[in-house]
Amino acid sequence: MEKKHLKRLDLIFKNEHDTEEILAKVLAKKNEEIINDLIISGLKGRGGAGYPTGLKWKLTAEEESDEKYVICNADEGEPGTFKDREILSAVPHKVLTGMAVCARVTGAKQGFIYLRGEYKFLVPELEKAIAAFHNLLATLNLDFSVSVFIGSGAYICGEESALFESMEGKRGEPRNKPPFPTQKGYKAKPTVINNVETLAHTYSIFKYGPEKFHDLGVKDSHGSKVFSVSGDTPIPGIYELEFGMTLQKFVDDFADGDAKAVQVGGASGFCVPRKRFEKTVIGYQGTLTGPSLPTGGSMMIFNSSRSMYNVLHNYLDFFVEESCGQCTPCRVGTQQLLLGIQAVKKGEKPSLYLDKLLSLAETMRVTAKCGLGQSVANSFSSIVENFREEMIY
Amino acid sequence: MKVNLTIDNIAVSVDEGSTILEAAKQVSIHIPTLCYHEDLCVAGNCRVCVVEQTGTNRLLPSCAMPVSEGMDIHTNSLKVRAARKQVVELLISEHNAECTRCYKNGKCELQELSSEYILGDNGFIDLIPFKKYTIDNFSPSIIKDDSKCIRCQRCVRTCTELQSISALTVAHKGKEMKISSFYDKPMYEVVCTNCGQCVNRCPTGALTEKIYIDQVWEAICAEDKHVVVQTAPAVRVALGEALGMEPGEIITGKLVSALRRLGFSAVLDTDFTADLTIIEEGNELLQRLTKVLKDGDTSVKLPMTTSCSPGWVKFIEHTFPEYLDNVSTAKSPQQMFGALAKTFYAEKLKIEPENIVSVSIMPCTAKKFEADRPEMQSSGYKDVDFVLTTRELALMIKQAGIDFLSLPDDEYDSIMGQSTGAGVIFGATGGVMEAALRTAYEVVTGREVPFKNLEVTPVRGMEEVKEATIKLENVLPKWDFLEGVELKTCVTHGLTNAKKVMEAVKSGEANYHFIEVMACPGGCLGGGGQPIPTNLQIRQKRTEAIYQEDRLKAIRKSHENPEVQKIYEEFLKEPLGAMSHELLHTHYTVRNRQ
Repeated sequence: MEKKHLKRLDLIFKNEHDTEEILAKVLAKKNEEIINDLIISGLKGRGGAGYPTGLKWKLTAEEESDEKYVICNADEGEPGTFKDREILSAVPHKVLTGMAVCARVTGAKQGFIYLRGEYKFLVPELEKAIAAFHNLLATLNLDFSVSVFIGSGAYICGEESALFESMEGKRGEPRNKPPFPTQKGYKAKPTVINNVETLAHTYSIFKYGPEKFHDLGVKDSHGSKVFSVSGDTPIPGIYELEFGMTLQKFVDDFADGDAKAVQVGGASGFCVPRKRFEKTVIGYQGTLTGPSLPTGGSMMIFNSSRSMYNVLHNYLDFFVEESCGQCTPCRVGTQQLLLGIQAVKKGEKPSLYLDKLLSLAETMRVTAKCGLGQSVANSFSSIVENFREEMIY
Repeated sequence: MKVNLTIDNIAVSVDEGSTILEAAKQVSIHIPTLCYHEDLCVAGNCRVCVVEQTGTNRLLPSCAMPVSEGMDIHTNSLKVRAARKQVVELLISEHNAECTRCYKNGKCELQELSSEYILGDNGFIDLIPFKKYTIDNFSPSIIKDDSKCIRCQRCVRTCTELQSISALTVAHKGKEMKISSFYDKPMYEVVCTNCGQCVNRCPTGALTEKIYIDQVWEAICAEDKHVVVQTAPAVRVALGEALGMEPGEIITGKLVSALRRLGFSAVLDTDFTADLTIIEEGNELLQRLTKVLKDGDTSVKLPMTTSCSPGWVKFIEHTFPEYLDNVSTAKSPQQMFGALAKTFYAEKLKIEPENIVSVSIMPCTAKKFEADRPEMQSSGYKDVDFVLTTRELALMIKQAGIDFLSLPDDEYDSIMGQSTGAGVIFGATGGVMEAALRTAYEVVTGREVPFKNLEVTPVRGMEEVKEATIKLENVLPKWDFLEGVELKTCVTHGLTNAKKVMEAVKSGEANYHFIEVMACPGGCLGGGGQPIPTNLQIRQKRTEAIYQEDRLKAIRKSHENPEVQKIYEEFLKEPLGAMSHELLHTHYTVRNRQ
């Protein structure tokens, strides 16, 4: 059944029970060497934004502070993403290893896993893994401990500065940047905040060396990526693939033969229509709107039976509710986009009103305070521009 | 260290850490703002102030973005203009734009931005019909209309940072996000001091004072009513701002003139009862000192705190109820005036008190609540019938067609119109303390307070907490127990600072005899009822004006006020006497902390 054009990788989920060995090996290195390895590997943040991980650790290590923190962002809230849950269930020790090494490198003594409220069921197993890991750390004389912090279900708390606010007991609202988390993060102390998958990848780098990781992928997108595949596919699930594939190859492997669009990166990502499958590459290179697209891992496939108006409506419903409401472009802009496409559909506004909405989306991209409001334009514009007739008729 | 950048092609060098907004100001470039306020921390949430940096796709919020070396900023590019216009359009779409019926018409910051950017364009869909808004107008002081709220959170930051109350806070998210009170209860039911600092900082008509203008006009026009008006000290250094004058101009004479033209039967002065407050409160302090230091009476509490600021009084009732016995029992000048207007004044002028309508012009919204307190009816009637803010008075003056700027100066009526410099400085933080010291020191020692020109400078100024210790030496024989005593005083303003002081008192860390607290930053001159905008610079100008007014007064000590001396001879008999007790002193109520 399965057409296998794409190489399936098994770095993340492979479990060889060698944590102690790997950890001892990497901790024997100097901090500069570890940072250097990460930089050589080309690892970039797997939450979607793609910030170089080595640089993030380096900047935090360079800050002078009596307290620093390492936080694992497990507030996996992007619609269509479910890979972090699997990583935390299957290989929590890899994530914890990444955190511990990061702590040694940066000088942090305390770490947190910020766990999405809906993933509360993971806690008992996770706590067991943490307890075992603490025992291991004790034998290695590393002064570091990890605790789980459970979020309350707001999408915005996946945004790093809103996440800090949430942990500090405040409303989950993004902060102004600068200062950045590496300078002032949790409790205004230098903080490394990495996605679950990013931390798990560091384990592979420690184990196989930065060169091997760097060899995977293309150009600026190195290594593998865990994808959450959903929608009109006979084989939904979680897959680890090499960076640099074209969307056409992805669709050939995973779609049902009738794919008309793929939403890459969830509600805040881009919609790619069939005619662009061949030219679109999955990876970090190029600009965001160019032919290559980054992704936090969500790949939603839509076949020709789907109304793209309904798809967009659904995303906008989500944003209207999940905007924190703090900044004008996001709070009001999301409402206007939703009401706007409804009005066009009903004929209450002329189809030209879509152009005003496209310009609004662009304003949101350049004026919103955080990634949430800025990225609404990604799905909105790519769906409206590629499926304009479906918005009107 | 200096940072060099260009803004609209103009080179500018500013201190490291400055924002783009501050840098732009230096080269005469005005960047519009809404959520920004000089008194508050930066929020960066309205996005009106965005600017373009060459080479960066995203626009930067100029209020929140620190400058960096070599920045090339454009504040008026096509991209900026387009974005700014849409942000304003968005704000208007969620704002109940019934501008012609709004109290803030012509004074609304959103309206002003709209007049610059929205030139007859078709806007976005009006969101108001999709929401279910109700107006909270149950409070005697503050009206909250969510339909006009643009979520800039100035009020939230004001209530939290300046006042440590958090009566207003953000609730819900997304389209439901709103500024709410505890469990969304009406303002009068929650822990709110009615200080009106939020009202003073609201850019739109979402938070306003409750307006009593029509009731006052009705009273003025009623033939059988004798309408007396009193004016608080801080009004005379701020009213001009609402009528087209620069901050810091003293307009006392014009104020009196205008009130007379409005048709008030008698134009009298809260400063008179400010002087009276000093006599009562000063004597109360000396009485407390006597009981504690001489008689060893442990039931009497020190430190004594002032009681003039109704925001402070409600704050301590909610937050430190265990210290209510420390609050001076002397009523505020407004309420002393009200009680005397319908007793002493009525008798003197042979008018039935029920025919007297007592109006006060205050820099304050909490005074409206204070006048409504059930205990404030010691004349047998409501002592103060209506309280108007400085802003409401300015509106009445406009309604009456009075050309304020060209008005001649006029003098207060008598009786209850004469005042001293000590009464005037009640309007500034430290003023009550200074006035009290001018009198109390002289009572105890027989000599003037030992400061040049009677200016007790340690209690003046905008410092958060001011302390002054005055050693009492060579006292009069009656006060021999005070010989050598160091009188420890503390002055603070803004409830966040008041909270700090009270916590220090509670922990035993602070050991004062007398504390002056004003709920509003800068004291009454920075009150919630004052002209908008009010900020540090404007408060300083008003402060200078107040002290100038004091210097110009012939008499500058409360106990030398001839009308005050006379009222004791003819009516009150003695400070803290039976009559004073009945009319001029009050009690306090423990309030919930919800």
